[in-house]
Amino acid sequence: MLEPSIVKDNEIEHLIKDIYESYGYDFSLYSRASFTRRINRICMIDRFASYAELRYQVLNDADYFKHFIEEITVNVTEMFRDPLFFKSLREKILPQLGTFPLIRIWVAGCSTGEEAYSIAILLKEAGLYHKCLIYGTDINPSVLETARAGVFPMHQMKTYSENYMLSGGKKDFSQYYTANYDSAKFDRSLQEKLILSTHNLVSDSSFNSFQLVICRNVLIYFDKELQERVFNLFDASLENLGYLALGSKETLRFSNLGKFYHQIDDQKIWKKVDHN
Amino acid sequence: METHGGKTELVVIGGSAGSLQVILETVKNLNVDLSFPIVLVVHRKAQAESILPKLLQQFSDNEVIEIEDKTEVKNSKIYIVPSDYHLLFENKNIFSLDGSEKMNYSRPSIDVTFRSAAEIFRQSTVGVLLSGANSDGVEGLKYIKKNEGKIWIQDPESADVDYMPRQAIQNVEYDLIVKPNNLANYINQLK
Repeated sequence: MLEPSIVKDNEIEHLIKDIYESYGYDFSLYSRASFTRRINRICMIDRFASYAELRYQVLNDADYFKHFIEEITVNVTEMFRDPLFFKSLREKILPQLGTFPLIRIWVAGCSTGEEAYSIAILLKEAGLYHKCLIYGTDINPSVLETARAGVFPMHQMKTYSENYMLSGGKKDFSQYYTANYDSAKFDRSLQEKLILSTHNLVSDSSFNSFQLVICRNVLIYFDKELQERVFNLFDASLENLGYLALGSKETLRFSNLGKFYHQIDDQKIWKKVDHN
Repeated sequence: METHGGKTELVVIGGSAGSLQVILETVKNLNVDLSFPIVLVVHRKAQAESILPKLLQQFSDNEVIEIEDKTEVKNSKIYIVPSDYHLLFENKNIFSLDGSEKMNYSRPSIDVTFRSAAEIFRQSTVGVLLSGANSDGVEGLKYIKKNEGKIWIQDPESADVDYMPRQAIQNVEYDLIVKPNNLANYINQLK
């Protein structure tokens, strides 16, 4: 069922301003079409009949605001989503990264961690896991708890296993998890190199240098101005000859930084050429 | 047929099972100088390489484009919503993709795009619902109607799978019932 139209455009503006003043989260440069849907979806889930009720709850109940942040962000993710992308990482990018003594990878907007675990599996199979660090960050603290637990719904495993095989995986995917009724607990060793932390792409700065930054299906929720800022953040976080990977419908082509990056084949992976 | 004489700024077509033949037949016969864009929301399996844009391009003189993040909306072009994303309109000039939860077990969902089209293009929208096996699109058509846009529905007798058009006919006040062989003609006549 479609979400109702409870909050109007001008009310969205006010809410964004109030949230910024009360909590410091800045949603003003989020793509308005998606953001409005999320707000109205929250009204439906939490049964707010009016904008006034939503606003009151958000501004006066810090615990509710945590829940609001969880619901306002989209946390739809999969392991090995777009298998050909992962095949490209496996075959083209990881052999390059293998030449570094320490491989640092940033999964920005990692949500519940499925992509970070997928990367860990790739690195294991490439024999590079012992010398890597995978940083997974998200604006939303509660999804990071799920990522930390490493427990995912069992009913997804069929899809994930198919994705894994299409990505060039040769092993039995089920060796990476232990099934327990309706959940699949992933091998502890896949977390050894995983560092999870909150990070807001809108307001936080670069915190390390990486050879690979993966940020898929996050930028679609930002307007062009914010996208450009985030591209600059990624650029500042990437070593020369490092790689930036985006979602299957996202592009660096329209960015001012585009000229400093070479696209790898027809995948949404770009290599940074020397320019700092 | 022109109930309010308004200018058409968008034709958005939703289809599911059995709609591909109708879409092929239609894109083959569209005028190349249409003064509005055509957007196709078709249920299909999520896959890495989409062949649908290439297939339609072979049949059409209008440029066929699979939408990416922030793709610009241009007249006379045929846009296809990529699988595994919902399509929204940021404004009349820019598309916006959204990877949120499935709606009616579908992503893309026809309802989501119809509604966004109705809210942005209002009475300048023509919404077309074709053959299909679920009721995705019916609720979205209501938003188009509420905003005084036009609603066309494929004649269920002509549909491979008639559930979707029948649901629409029963639940929405429509403007026109179309058969596959004259949909392009009706679109070409829009001003």
